[in-house]
Amino acid sequence: MRHWFSILFLLVAVQTNAQTTIFGKLKGVKNKPLPNVNVTLDDTYDGAVTHPDGSYQFTTTEKGPQKLVFAIKGYDTLNVPIVVDGKNIVLDTILKLGKDAQNEVVIISRSFTAGSGKNVVMSSRDIYTTGGANGDISQALRNLPGAQQLGEREGLAVRGGDVYETKQFIDGSMIAHPYYTAAPNIPSRTRYPPNLFKDVAFSTGGYSALYGQALSSALVLETIDIPEKSEANVSITPLFWGGGLQNVNQKKNFSWGMDYTYTNVALYFNLVKQIPDFFKMPQYHSVDGNFRFKTKNGGIVKYYGTFDYNQMGLRRQSIDSLDLKNAVYLKGTNVYQNISWKQPLPNNWKLNAVLSFSNNHNNIWQQLQDSSNQQFPITHSYWDTLNFSLKNNDLYAQGKVILEKKFFGQNALRFGGEYWYNRYNLTYNNYQHLLTDNYMAAFTETDIFLTRKLALQTGVRFENSSLLGIADFAPRASLAYKFAPKNQLTAAYGLFYQKPENMYLIWNEKLNMTQASHYILSYIYQGQKTMLRLEGYYKDYKNLVKTWPSYNNDGNGYAKGLELYWRDNNQTFKNIDYWVTYSYIDSKRNYLNFPTSMQPNFVANHTFNIVVKKYFSAINTGISPTFNFASGRPYYNLLLTNPTTPNYTISDQGKTKQYQMLNICAYHLMKIGKGFGVLYASMSNVLNRDNIFGYQYAVNGMNKMPIVPTAKRFYFVALFISWGVDRSQDTINGNL
Amino acid sequence: MKKVILSILCIASAATVCHAQSDKYEAAMKKNLAQFDTIQNPQSYLDLEASFERIANAEKTQWLPYYYAGLCETLYGFRDQKADKDAIGNKALELAGKADAIQKNDETQAVYYMAYIVQMLVDPQNRYMTYGANASKALAEGLQINPNNPRLYLLKGQGLLNTPEFVGGGKTVAKPILEKALALFETDKPQPLYPKWGKDQATQALEKCK
Repeated sequence: MRHWFSILFLLVAVQTNAQTTIFGKLKGVKNKPLPNVNVTLDDTYDGAVTHPDGSYQFTTTEKGPQKLVFAIKGYDTLNVPIVVDGKNIVLDTILKLGKDAQNEVVIISRSFTAGSGKNVVMSSRDIYTTGGANGDISQALRNLPGAQQLGEREGLAVRGGDVYETKQFIDGSMIAHPYYTAAPNIPSRTRYPPNLFKDVAFSTGGYSALYGQALSSALVLETIDIPEKSEANVSITPLFWGGGLQNVNQKKNFSWGMDYTYTNVALYFNLVKQIPDFFKMPQYHSVDGNFRFKTKNGGIVKYYGTFDYNQMGLRRQSIDSLDLKNAVYLKGTNVYQNISWKQPLPNNWKLNAVLSFSNNHNNIWQQLQDSSNQQFPITHSYWDTLNFSLKNNDLYAQGKVILEKKFFGQNALRFGGEYWYNRYNLTYNNYQHLLTDNYMAAFTETDIFLTRKLALQTGVRFENSSLLGIADFAPRASLAYKFAPKNQLTAAYGLFYQKPENMYLIWNEKLNMTQASHYILSYIYQGQKTMLRLEGYYKDYKNLVKTWPSYNNDGNGYAKGLELYWRDNNQTFKNIDYWVTYSYIDSKRNYLNFPTSMQPNFVANHTFNIVVKKYFSAINTGISPTFNFASGRPYYNLLLTNPTTPNYTISDQGKTKQYQMLNICAYHLMKIGKGFGVLYASMSNVLNRDNIFGYQYAVNGMNKMPIVPTAKRFYFVALFISWGVDRSQDTINGNL
Repeated sequence: MKKVILSILCIASAATVCHAQSDKYEAAMKKNLAQFDTIQNPQSYLDLEASFERIANAEKTQWLPYYYAGLCETLYGFRDQKADKDAIGNKALELAGKADAIQKNDETQAVYYMAYIVQMLVDPQNRYMTYGANASKALAEGLQINPNNPRLYLLKGQGLLNTPEFVGGGKTVAKPILEKALALFETDKPQPLYPKWGKDQATQALEKCK
């Protein structure tokens, strides 16, 4: 009988709850308390989460040998064997950082950071909503430090470089003619709409070894992948009309689309008087098509092609004689095709290949005309340059392959090669010249994270041009150090080469590559919604092209400066996103026909921009005022006072007055029938300032005329409507 | 005879232990679920989540604790403005994935949806297209498994209320969906421990449609 009771007693005894308390403190890197660690008694329900001071406490009814597990993302999980035998247990310990913990330092690879989010670049939405940009990528980028305010020409002049020192790339392939052909002193627009791209990375110096042939900067554009939904769209404006459609298949692994835009400024020019007399109103036809499809294992193939035709003719008052006019007529066609393939491969390899083809053809004539618009016969030989006919054809065929291997901890190795075939044909009056070049480059680049806070990126690029008969070797390196949370210092060095422009090569094919060395030091503070960037640089130019007395590479120059960028996105002021930039530059160069080292006419020493964006969600409307300021730009009159002297002399020079431009744009989002509409309006030069970009001199140097915009203000109004098919609604709608 | 009674007692005690195990699971789950209604500050969601995770890791064959852990993570993400929403979303997606691996079901799709929405909120104007699309896909998948889940209709309706009219959202579109959600809540008879939240939210959301 006693046995029964003892057995029952045993069973009951086993069921009794005896509690043990387990507690302690956890520390991490540098003995700092570690909050949010999951402390678990393995295979049981018992445990706790550490408090901000690193402490934890919990009770358990388990008994015997157990395992205490400490786990938190970024740290190595720690297992501690313990024995629970009734006594309370205190366990303090230190956790070590895990091998796969995220690196803190970021290799910025010299891209400019202006959008929101982590991969700080400008999104297409940023471009459309920035005042003064009017949906043009380059115009929007001029609000960033490093770019000059040049109202009379298109292109980006960066840190003392001319506009052709900045090259643009789509999916890795160089775009030879990103802008429509323009008449002298009339800026033209970028061919490619911002909504074609998912990323716009603007590097103002020291860019990656994967790109070359640009002395100053690289604008790297990446096209969108397969769109989320099918869509038809229409654009209605006083300047251009267009429509297009984009079709995505059910599985979302194939899409194709087409767009057509017709531009004719006649209506607008009749409403807003322009200074030149346009005898042939600027007209553009532009057509583009695309298709994209996904390949196995996460790859994608993308094709984009465009064709456009443009023409314009205008007359302006001649500086050389009050009775005469300068007339210019141009027409041209442009074809651009680009097909790219991104493919992840086994073992963390990735392939990136792109093929592109472009052909740009221009037919231009210029004439000196009398008051009845008839050609005026040239009586003096030094007026030759005012009458000419010019035809050029620029053909590019390019291929590029990049292989990338990713190692643990974000370390990476990239290498590849590219080939450009260029055929440039020029006929100027009776002079004809053909240039052919086979350009080849091989490059490699590595990302090395020496510690979680210190990263090194090194690269080297080897280039060869068959036309010049020159090969070069261009190293690049940057070191980034995150010395405190949110604070990073980067030092970069790079050597950059660029073939002289074709217009110089036709006079001397055996010119050398021009070159620039960049030395850059930058500091970045990245807050959650704010960013501060301070950058100092020095550029040393060598082998610049001299055109007088002969074509050679004896030119040189320098550029040095300081830039500041501060962005605040909805932190200080509610619903207001703004940024402020200031750039100071000191740059001189001795090139072309300069008699000595001088500050070029595309460099203003001080540039200041402020961009403000505010969105009123209650009325679905946004506005963006922007203000740009630049100090005066130098202008020169270089004359050969005596044709036998070896040099031009500066017969007159000066600085223009300061450039001030206040622009504003507003956009309203609304429903139009079943579609989504955007009503957009913008006005430039709200302050109605008479800006002067420079001066043009008469051939005899006796008088000068200011270079001014074709009209003081630019007004723009547009209605964009898109109709989309959102398949995700189908399931819901079918079940209602 | 003694041996028979002893063996019966042993089996009985073994059965008690097993029953005690699932009793223990049910008791712990019920205790945690009760806490849901009394949470005051966002940090408590993280403690609750850790508790659900411990239950899930110990049990290994139950999807519900992983589901609730994911739910807590997303609720924390919606309430703490300073937190890293991308990391929170990823953690919630991971937990939902673990629940799905044990038993694929419609309720977990709600956690996927909320995780994508938390991440979208980092930068709604730029992320609406991609993260919004993933969120919609999650709800669509859930409804394919169970076209009568009231919580999925509730989330869709709430989403439409927060979407501007010109992209297809707004009160008029949300109303019928929220009404359907409320109707389904009336007839919803979830199994013990299964999610039953949402009726109050549906009523509140429907008020906003008037």
